[in-house]
Amino acid sequence: MDFSAYQTDEFYDEMFEAPGKPRERSQHLVSRLQSLSAGELQRRQKSAELALLNMGITFNVYGHEAGTEKVWPFDLVPRIIDGGEWDMIERGLKQRITALNMFIDDVYNAQYCLRDKAVPDWLIGSAKNLLEPCRGMTPPKGIWCHITGTDLVRDTNGQMYVLEDNLRCPSGVSYVLENREIMKRTFPQGFDGFSVLPVEDYPDRLLDMLQHIAPEGVNDPTVVVLTPGIYNSAYFEHCFLAQRMGVELVQGSDLCVTNGHVFMRTTKGLERVDVIYRRIDDEFLDPKTFRADSTLGVPGLMDVYRAGRVALANAPGTGVADDKAVYAFVPQLIKYFLNEDVILPNVPTFVCGEEQQCDHVIANIDKLVVKPANESGGYGILLGPRASKAELDKYKDLIRSNPRNYVAQPMLGLSRVPTIVEDHFEGRHVDLRPYILYGKDIFVLPGGLTRVALRKGSLVVNSSQGGGSKDTWVLRNGYTGGRFPTQRQTMTNGSQSQYQAS
Amino acid sequence: MLSRVADSIFWMSRAIERAQNIARFINVNLKLSLELGPAAQSQWAPLIYTSGDQERFAELYGEFTQRNVIDFLAFDSKNDNSIVSCLRTARENARTVREMISTMMWEELNKFFLSVRAAANDQTILDSPYEFFTQVILASHLMEGITDATMSHDEPWHFARLGRLLERADKTSRILDVKYFILLPSVGDVGTNIDTIQWGALLESASALEMYRKRHGRIAPESVADFLILDREFPRAMHHCLIESEKSLSAIAGGRADRVYNVAEQKLGRLRADVNYSLIREIIDGGLHEFIDGFQVKLNEVGAAIHETFFAAPPSILEPVSSQ
Repeated sequence: MDFSAYQTDEFYDEMFEAPGKPRERSQHLVSRLQSLSAGELQRRQKSAELALLNMGITFNVYGHEAGTEKVWPFDLVPRIIDGGEWDMIERGLKQRITALNMFIDDVYNAQYCLRDKAVPDWLIGSAKNLLEPCRGMTPPKGIWCHITGTDLVRDTNGQMYVLEDNLRCPSGVSYVLENREIMKRTFPQGFDGFSVLPVEDYPDRLLDMLQHIAPEGVNDPTVVVLTPGIYNSAYFEHCFLAQRMGVELVQGSDLCVTNGHVFMRTTKGLERVDVIYRRIDDEFLDPKTFRADSTLGVPGLMDVYRAGRVALANAPGTGVADDKAVYAFVPQLIKYFLNEDVILPNVPTFVCGEEQQCDHVIANIDKLVVKPANESGGYGILLGPRASKAELDKYKDLIRSNPRNYVAQPMLGLSRVPTIVEDHFEGRHVDLRPYILYGKDIFVLPGGLTRVALRKGSLVVNSSQGGGSKDTWVLRNGYTGGRFPTQRQTMTNGSQSQYQAS
Repeated sequence: MLSRVADSIFWMSRAIERAQNIARFINVNLKLSLELGPAAQSQWAPLIYTSGDQERFAELYGEFTQRNVIDFLAFDSKNDNSIVSCLRTARENARTVREMISTMMWEELNKFFLSVRAAANDQTILDSPYEFFTQVILASHLMEGITDATMSHDEPWHFARLGRLLERADKTSRILDVKYFILLPSVGDVGTNIDTIQWGALLESASALEMYRKRHGRIAPESVADFLILDREFPRAMHHCLIESEKSLSAIAGGRADRVYNVAEQKLGRLRADVNYSLIREIIDGGLHEFIDGFQVKLNEVGAAIHETFFAAPPSILEPVSSQ
């Protein structure tokens, strides 16, 4: 399979500078792909898909009655990021999460950023995800947001932007690890001659972080992952992470609060839990504090949390900062809290909560992408240039009736990566979700989840809406490889005499 | 370990063993029907009776043809105890405890389920059913092997083993019961050529023929029953299954072999002792079917006691047993 007919069109292509001209970072892979015999790559793609099926690497789709699981769509051509560029991304992400964490802490406590007008009053006063019960709290070690998945995109000029911050329960990191595993199983030759930074240590880093935030005085903390259960769209990931960390995966009904502590019900009675990596939303965590009808949570959990006898990751309340209206102010917040200029810029964003910007959005709605401030998973987004007049009118009304809840951005021509389409390659749009762990220090997993819009021309990369993924390779610059120590030969049948002789 | 997880692992393993044994039931009849010719047609009904699902079968099919019985026992998802349903149950349980079992276990079980589900929609399977059911038996053994070789032999493993052994004890008793049903209409055949063939097929269905010959030599009904019920060493013998499940139960309770810590141990210990001190002559004199029936009832009581002791949510006032 070759790239002779491959077109980059008007988009930034992650692999080619121009048709027939690979970027420096991808030259080696391009020649390797081209050297494969006819049909070879498709065969490996098929075997990758079979492996995914056999491994049961699936996600759940809401609203599909029969067989709620779908196999995770995966494309064998990786996306490559140069080590130098990655350094910049990593610094940018660390800067961002540091400032966001300071912001969350400030919002729930002194609110200096409001007093100093770093952000407008209306932004916080009306924030849907601000949790009153968290006011005046400071979580262990002062960290609110322990696990972050930040979405990055590249526009037609190759500029990398932050698209949004996912500070609540970001999903997808298990697929980063599984994608790598599948690549190694089905296309090991692809790695020859490269030094790709490893991702396999993520679960260890996650466990270190979770143990780090354990309540004071607990030496050997018991960590659990809390899942809503088998029907949740990310259930696979919850299992995966619990298994890789070697900790229990629990459901709300497995936990109870007794004598001021959280316990899990085991075959030998109750056992104390110190740290909960919760993958259920804030409002379901504790029916006594939040939604009374929640059966997913643990009654009384928040009391134990407030008393400092159990740690929760992420801390309840972080959602206040993944509001898309707050997103628009992050560069300002970085300046305010860190006195630094932003390293990774935002996509230019109009905030409808500001009157002038709102007028501009309504006047130019057919050129913009409009997003609700508090949705995730790609729901509720309007692509202005592709929308009908009726849809545009509907959104104008929505914005007018609740301007606080909307932001708008120019439509980006997301960068593309060659993707296998039957017997040839076609460019498909991608984004990138790196994962950041904030514990003793800040760790950024090299690469992250490259999501790809598998439908031709589509910009929607969400797996719930037909997106797939690719392995993401961050190249280690200047790496020279390791060597094996020499080993004594192994004994084989009939060889005893030889060993006796020596 | 979590009660919910223990429950899932126990049933995951039990359901896999159940699927294997259904395949064994079917295979013994397939062999018999080849050897007995047209007379064998009447031998499909007992299979349904020994599985205990005759009402469900009557509802869904009615007529006891080979085709109907195989469909019902192997592929019908409306039958909760069909092979495909058992594997779906096993897989769903495995999915809820995926973090507890090894990746290899999950992958093989997933593949096992997918292959049986595909077979359910493939009518050509019925052209060579024997091969297919042998594959099911092998895949189930593969699961057992992978479980033993990739899972730490601690509490979760003991629950898996306990589930498998209790199921196996129950199913061996049912395999033996098939023979009882088959014998009923033709008591005159006892001791004839046909009878030998049938007992031989029965042993084969428990993969017991060679081991039986080493132990007893000639095929004689009383010895066959003796071997499948009372043998201590043969891995599918009911007695052996009880001895080994008692070991696992004791390991789970964490206790000493000379103490009884809960009702489950008490019930299993009593049943094991009953079998231990039984003689085959007494069993046959008292009625083989009646013995088997009683055995199954007591085995169900053991299952219920395990559920109560380990899986049922403990009352929330339970005293914590662990702290820092």
